[in-house]
Order: sequence, then C-alpha cells, then structure tokens
Amino acid sequence: MALNSIYNEILNEHNIRPTHKGEMADPTITMDGKNPSCGDEITIQLKVGEDGIIEDGCFTGSGCAISQASVDMMLDLIIGESKERALKLYDIFMGMIKGTASEEEIEELDEAMALKDISHMPARVKCAVLGWRTLDAMFKE
Amino acid sequence: MNINNPYRKDFPIFRDFPAAYLDSAATAQRPDCVIEAEKRFYETMNANPLRGLYRLSMEATEAYEDARESAAGLIGAKSPAEIVFTRNSTEALNLVAYSYALTFLKEGDEIVTTVMEHHSNLLPWQMAAQRTGAVLKFLEPLPDGTLPEEEIDRKITEKTRLVAVGHISNVLGIENPVRLLAQKAHAAGAVIVIDAAQSVPHIPVDVQELDADFLVFSGHKLMAPFGIGVLYGKEALLEKMPPFLRGGEMIESVSLTEATFAELPHKFEAGTVNAAGAYGLKAAIEYLQGVGYQAVREIEDNLTALLMEGLKELPYVHIQGSEDPKKHNGIVSFTMDGAHPHDISSILDGFDINIRAGHHCAEPLMRFLGVGSTARASLYLYNTKGDVERLLEGLPKVRETLGLDRV
Ligand SMILES: Cc1ncc(COP(=O)(O)O)c(C=O)c1O
Repeated sequence: MALNSIYNEILNEHNIRPTHKGEMADPTITMDGKNPSCGDEITIQLKVGEDGIIEDGCFTGSGCAISQASVDMMLDLIIGESKERALKLYDIFMGMIKGTASEEEIEELDEAMALKDISHMPARVKCAVLGWRTLDAMFKE
Repeated sequence: MNINNPYRKDFPIFRDFPAAYLDSAATAQRPDCVIEAEKRFYETMNANPLRGLYRLSMEATEAYEDARESAAGLIGAKSPAEIVFTRNSTEALNLVAYSYALTFLKEGDEIVTTVMEHHSNLLPWQMAAQRTGAVLKFLEPLPDGTLPEEEIDRKITEKTRLVAVGHISNVLGIENPVRLLAQKAHAAGAVIVIDAAQSVPHIPVDVQELDADFLVFSGHKLMAPFGIGVLYGKEALLEKMPPFLRGGEMIESVSLTEATFAELPHKFEAGTVNAAGAYGLKAAIEYLQGVGYQAVREIEDNLTALLMEGLKELPYVHIQGSEDPKKHNGIVSFTMDGAHPHDISSILDGFDINIRAGHHCAEPLMRFLGVGSTARASLYLYNTKGDVERLLEGLPKVRETLGLDRV
C-alpha cells in the first residue's frame, strides 16, 4: 500500500466539503470527543426520535483531515438508522481497523471503507476512530 | 546531496536511510564516535562506578568523572562539582523545583517564566507554586517572539524569587535575552534557571558570562546517547539545597534513623548512575567541539535562510515567529492553509521527509500564537541543501494529496 493512499478522493471530499458540519437547534443528545495527544476535538449532535431512529446529526470541531472526514462519513451512514444499527456499524468499523471484520461486513460501511488502510498508520488510528468512539459514548450514557 | 556537508558521513543512520531528517530539535542523530564510545564503555570499562575498589570499577568511575569535566568545560562551570548528571532536561528542572523551590520559596513569592516554555519548564513551576503558595507570572513576547525589556521590568519585581526561562524556544527558535534576564533577576534578589535544551547543541553557552544560577540541557539533543542530561548549579546554591532523590551512592554515613549526605555533586546522584551515557556524552561534546559552533552556525543559518525563502514563495504557508532566518537557530514552525499539521507530517513521511507536527510540548504558546498546532522543521550540522529542497518540494505535494488544489 502506498503510504498516502489513505488520502483518497472520498476522504478528501469529506474533509474539504463536509456534508454534516454545523450545529442544530434541537438535538436530543450532544457529546464532545477529544484526542488529547493531538488536539483533535469534535462535538456531535444527534436528534433521535421516540422510536430510536437517528433523524438527523451534525458535528463541529477541528482536527486533521482523517478525524474530520471520518465523522462526516459516519454521520452519512447512521442518519436514518436505528441506534442498534448505528452501534452495529460501530462494531464493524472497529473490526475493519483491527482486521477482524469480514469483507461483507466492511461493504456495509459504504464510503467509510475508505479508511480501511488506516491500520497501516498506527499513529493515525485514533484520528479515524474519534467520531465513532464519541458515538459509542453517546449511546452508552 | 552530501557534497557540501562534510559531517554527514559521520552519521551512520544516513548511510542507508532514505529520509530527509528534519526533526533534530526533538532528538539529534548520533555520530559513529558516540555510538562507539558507548560500546567501548560496555566492552572495556563496565563495572558499577563509584562503588567497587577494584580496577575495573575505578576505570568506570574515571570515565564517568571525565565526562563531568568535559560537560563543565563545555559550559564554563568553575568546577565539576557544579555538574549534576540527570536523565535529561526535564529531570534537571524537576530537581531544581523540588529541591530549591520547595525549600526556599514561600507564600506571596513570585516565580516568573514565559508563555513560550516547553512543558518541562512549566509544570515543575506550576507544582512549586501550588505547594508553596508562590505566584506564577508570565512574560509575553511580541508577535516575532522577542521579549521586550519593558515587559521584563513589568513582571520581575522585588517579590520575584525565581525566574525560569528557555534560552532558545523549541517552537519559534528565538533566543531569549537570558543575560539581561539574569541581571534583572539578580537585582530583584531572585535566582535564574535557564532551560538550555535547545541552545547548548547549537550556540556557545557560558554560565559565567550569562551569570546563570541553574542551567539544564539534554545529551540526546547534542548527539549523545539517550538518558543522560546535565544540571549546572552554582556551588553555593547546590550546597544549601537538600537532596532530591535519596538512596545509594549519595550518602556520607547512614544509621537506622538518619543519614548525612555525600559532597557535591554526588548528593544529587542517587542510585547507580548512567556512566556509559556520560561517557557517550563526552564523545558527543568532543565531536561538537571538533566541528565548532561557528561551523554549526553557518550550516544552520544558510539552510534556514534557504528554507524560509522557499516557504515564503508558497502563499498557503505561514511561518511562525521572526522574519529573520538568523533569529530561528535552525527551527522553523509553520502552518499551511487547509492542512492540519498532523496530515502534513504524515503525508511528508510518505515522501520520506521527517518533520514534527503538533503542539511541541508548548500548548500555552500555541494558544498565545492563536494556532492549534504547527508543523516544525529543525536542522542540525548534518543537514544538507538536499534535505531542505526535499521539504520545499514536498509541501505542494501535501496540498495535492489532500486534494486542496482541486477545490
Ligand atoms: C526547550 C526544551 N526544554 C526542555 C525539553 C525537554 O527535554 P527532555 O525531553 O530531554 O527532558 C525540550 C525537548 O523536548 C525542549 O525543547
């Protein structure tokens, strides 16, 4: 793998033109996530309906391209899904990075598959998982 | 690429290492003579120094004490008794904070430092202030990094008991006016602690000329092995300070309930010492003196000028600190529009260019500069024009890799 292949078009697009960057007026859950060692910081807001469906989501924050694009891709995936499905996707994403997820499972991650090779850049794994860790913390509260 | 640098061949890592190494402010590369010295110690002199009464141990002791003389000579200490070996600058600064500051500072006293310190020259003073009730005050530089005299006069007062300042900033590369600060500190009745981690490897430092009370540096930034550092302290001050760590090697006599302590500098060197590291440090000092600070300065100034000129041609790059390459001492921090420093460093690594990215253990300075983090290239005597050119050619590739030019 070429070292810089992680910065592919999908990731760059989400970094430069994030779809979900911004704030919403009426979130049902808000959560901060931070990587103290590198200073990446995000705040995720979600609007979850009575039925447990994630109706909308957005994020603010600053950090490297990998952390910011990864949150944006994650929100793409989970908006419209149930909490349970979102947590399942969390498990698959983590599994993809650890190398334990199957090809079929990884397919379910859609564009977030673009981060598959992050496992070859150990120093950057924490950037890729920042959004997902924050999501997990939101639902476990 | 090596033709115009006669020293590069002395560094084994460059023999089959493809990268442009531009992170010497973090740690320097080691020349053959240092690596061989450490090896020689273990092969021919290894025994626990300062303990055994047999020849091998005495030889180890001699090697260790020779290194102390060599360090004393490098910075102009009056006597080797004023040189305490530590693991690094951080440990040396903690030694002064725990032993000197906790003993001699009290509530209402003031400690003056700057907003541009490395965390290692900030956290020990935060601790000392919390425990003694002393107040911490911070000198703020102008945008180019200079500390104006009026600012110094405003902050150093008759209440100041300790001034702790970095000689050269590890982010901006700027040299602080430590001689002036020492004069002002002494006039106020305070001691000055100089963090010389970034200066001793690059510029001549003389503790007499600076009138330093305490001064610290790390061997590893000066091409010595990891794990050996130096605390210089004026003898009269070290004499009246209590030990920092207690145990073997630092005693005169011990009973079940009390102990008296060894003479300087052994009072501050508890436990088995890093004799091989010290021996390596001596080799590094000799190597540096052989090259000469003048030559180091020339290489660094030329390359810094080349680097800064090149960076200025990239409209999306912003250099932190002074416009004048001579004020950077081989350290250039910068930011790039649209690119986070971690991405810059990661992507450059893909092109075999090694630079540092992050807050450089100086978070308060990042906040002061209004940046979250920076990328930093830092030079040393083995760097070449080729290294700088590779970085300058690499930066447009960073933008390309991030897709920024297609926006
Ligand atoms: C200015 C300054 N002070 C202190 C230190 C700490 O040095 P060490 O990690 O060797 O203790 C460094 C190096 O990182 C530094 O640049």
